[in-house]
This record gives sequence, structure tokens and C-alpha cells, in this order.
Amino acid sequence: MADRYSFSLTTFSPAGKLVQIEHALAAVNSGVTSIGIKATNGIVIATEKKAVSTLIDDSSLEKVAIISSNIGMVYSGMGPDFRVLVNKSRKAAQAYKRVYMEEPPTAILVKEIAGVMQEFTQSGGVRPFGVSLLIAGFDESGPMLYQVDPSGSYWPWKATAVGKNMVNAKTFLEKRYNDDIELEDAIHTAILTLKEGFEGQMTENTIEIGIITGVVSTKDDGAVVLPEFRKLSPVEIKDYLANIA
Amino acid sequence: MSIMEYNGGAVVAMVGKNCVAIACDKRLGVQAMTISTEFKKTFQATPKTYIGLPGLATDVQTLAEKFRFKVNMYRLKEEREIEPRTLAHLVSSTLYERRFGPWFVEPVIAGLDKENRPFICSTDLIGCINFAKDFVVSGTTSNQLYGMCESLWEPDLEPEELFETISQSLMNAVDRDCLSGWGAEVTIITPEKIITRTLRSRQD
Repeated sequence: MADRYSFSLTTFSPAGKLVQIEHALAAVNSGVTSIGIKATNGIVIATEKKAVSTLIDDSSLEKVAIISSNIGMVYSGMGPDFRVLVNKSRKAAQAYKRVYMEEPPTAILVKEIAGVMQEFTQSGGVRPFGVSLLIAGFDESGPMLYQVDPSGSYWPWKATAVGKNMVNAKTFLEKRYNDDIELEDAIHTAILTLKEGFEGQMTENTIEIGIITGVVSTKDDGAVVLPEFRKLSPVEIKDYLANIA
Repeated sequence: MSIMEYNGGAVVAMVGKNCVAIACDKRLGVQAMTISTEFKKTFQATPKTYIGLPGLATDVQTLAEKFRFKVNMYRLKEEREIEPRTLAHLVSSTLYERRFGPWFVEPVIAGLDKENRPFICSTDLIGCINFAKDFVVSGTTSNQLYGMCESLWEPDLEPEELFETISQSLMNAVDRDCLSGWGAEVTIITPEKIITRTLRSRQD
């Protein structure tokens, strides 16, 4: 009867665990690796983008998503679950903007998403999300990088990795990271970290990178202007890859 | 007669040099009959922001509590005070939510932002914001207040000069409106401190 507790989402096992959430984490840990690094002047998030067949047109595959003008995210785990969360996050960001006419601060949006993910561990008729998210945002308090897990727990990181090659990547990042790293270095480090566990050829079409950098400024009328999150184009990624080799 | 004129009342806000002022009368009436002369219409939202709510008294009180709730929730959630500009948009969207059955108030917001820059604005009863660099007026006395403020206000007034200007503007305006007056309350917000003074004004 060891598996009695492995189906109901909301029943604790005698060991005090919710087994379905652990299974969701297992789905994440078998997913493709994603990296996030916070630099002094911005953040980079990156992931592998591997098509299962050479016949797939990978130009429209998107794993790094823009949530609001100053927030972006990437995932490890199940793609379809990620897209549900992207929709919900974008909606939450717009709902915040409707009320305050401002972009949501990173921490507020992360709490919102984490709240959604927690609800899916406790509601009837649903299952936990099979993804861990890396959320990069830049607001008035500066750049912030968060990880959100299927359980709804979240942490801020200086640099981290999720997915299949997480342990090695984190060890690599621990060696390479220092507190005054700048974004350009961080992008290089992110690519190098991905390269560590990369199977096959790494090209501008098999990785995806999102960055946010800049300064927070104030317009004459007092309105705040935040840096914008953007994805690197294949051409830009190609340049970075050329510099590394 | 419009429901906006049922209870009467006047609110005005002005920008000075590194300071803002907001003032209101203290009358509560039912049409021409005065019920109370202790009915203030300005409320402190944050340590450096005030909100003035002239209009239908029942909605004034309900909205004052509603905004107190929203501002407190914002502080707890975001772990910071709401900026006056953000509060203006919060007020605006709260009012527009009742677009086809509005709250009968026309709010005024006055405060200093985190860099101590002055901010004032007013909105209509469905939340259309009017940003201003000089002064904003609201309530049954708004026409008279426009006249007084246009003649008395000038740029870069120091806190005490601003107090004199806003007080004279309000007192002389409400003398030409039988639904407002019976005392006034003036609040000056400076980076260092907030001064609130009660004016006696004419009692007839």
C-alpha cells in the first residue's frame, strides 16, 4: 500500500509529503535545462531549444516569453503547462496595469504566479503544473531573478539553473559567478553553462536567450520609465557564440 | 437639482515650492438646511498624500473607507507606500468600475512623491483624471474657486504663503456659495512636516 498517497493531490503521506508535487518536480528535473543569471545592470535567462526532429520548423518555437514590458520568463518541464502559465501571468500583469497604470513590480507578479501554482496543488480536478519557472524582471528596486516551483514556492536567485542538468549547471555557476558581474559577462556565462550539458550542436537556433538591462528613469511629469525585457535574435546569439568559440 | 449638490461642499488643492496644500470646507447640508459644521472632506492616505472627497456625503464616507482599505492593502502587499500618482490611477479605476451607477464624488489628490516632488490632480465622478501643475478645484463651489485661484495663485509659493493663498481662495469662494462654508480645514504638506489648521470663517 506504499502508493496509497500517490494519486490524491491533497492527501499527505505519513512522511508528510504530497507525492503528486514530488512527481511534478520529477517532470521538471527531466525537462530541458534553463539558466538565469542576475548581473549588476540586468538579467539574462536562457534555455536549450531542441527540436525532436530535423523536420520541425523551429523558427516559431518559443520558450522565453515576455510577460510585461519589464518582465520575462523561461521554464524547464512541460511546454503546454508553461503556455497556460504565460497566459495567466500576462493577464495578471495587465490586470495590475489596469488599476495602477504601471507595470507590476517583479515581486508582485511572482507572488501572483506562485499563488496560481499553489492553487493547482490544492484544487479539485486539476494537477500541479509540471514546470519550474525562471522569472526575470527589472523594476524601481532594480533587477530581480526568481524561481517558482510546481508547489508554488519561490526564491530570489543571483544565478541558478533548473531542469535536467541542474546540479552540474549550478556547480558551474557557483564557480563562475561573482557579485559584480556585468550583463555581457553574464550572457557569456549563461551560454557556457548551457554548453556544459549540451547534447549535439549548439547553434543560434538551438538556444534561446532573453535579457533585460538599462536604467530606471523618470519623465518630466514624474512617470517612471522601466527597462524593457527583450529576446536576443538568432543573429545576436550567433555573434555571442562566435565570440565563445 | 443634481445629486452632486445635495449636501454641498468644496475642496481645493494647490502646488507650492516643494510643497502642496489641500483644503476643504466643513459644512454638511441637506439642500439649503445645514446639518453639521464639522464634516471634513479631506483624508490622509499616506504620510505625504491626502485625498479630498467632495460630493454626496454618504458616498464620501463610504469611499473614504474604501480607499483607506485599498491603500492599506497596497502597503501590506507591496511593502511600500503608494505614490500619489499611483493613488490617482487607483482612484480613477475604482470610480470607473461604477461607470453606469457612479459614486457621486469628484476626488482631489494632493501629495509629495518619494522624491518630494509636488503632485496634485482631480477626477470627475467616473474617474477621468485632470493632472494640473498649479491648482485643482472640486465641489459645489468649483466655479467660484476657479475665479479665486486664477487671481491669487502664483508659482513657487513657500509653505506659509501657500497657506495664505489657499485659505483666502477657499474662504472667499465659499462666501459666494450657500451650500459650502461654515469653517474650513487647510493642510500643508512639506517634505519635513504636515501642518493642518482649522479656519473659523463666516458662520452665516
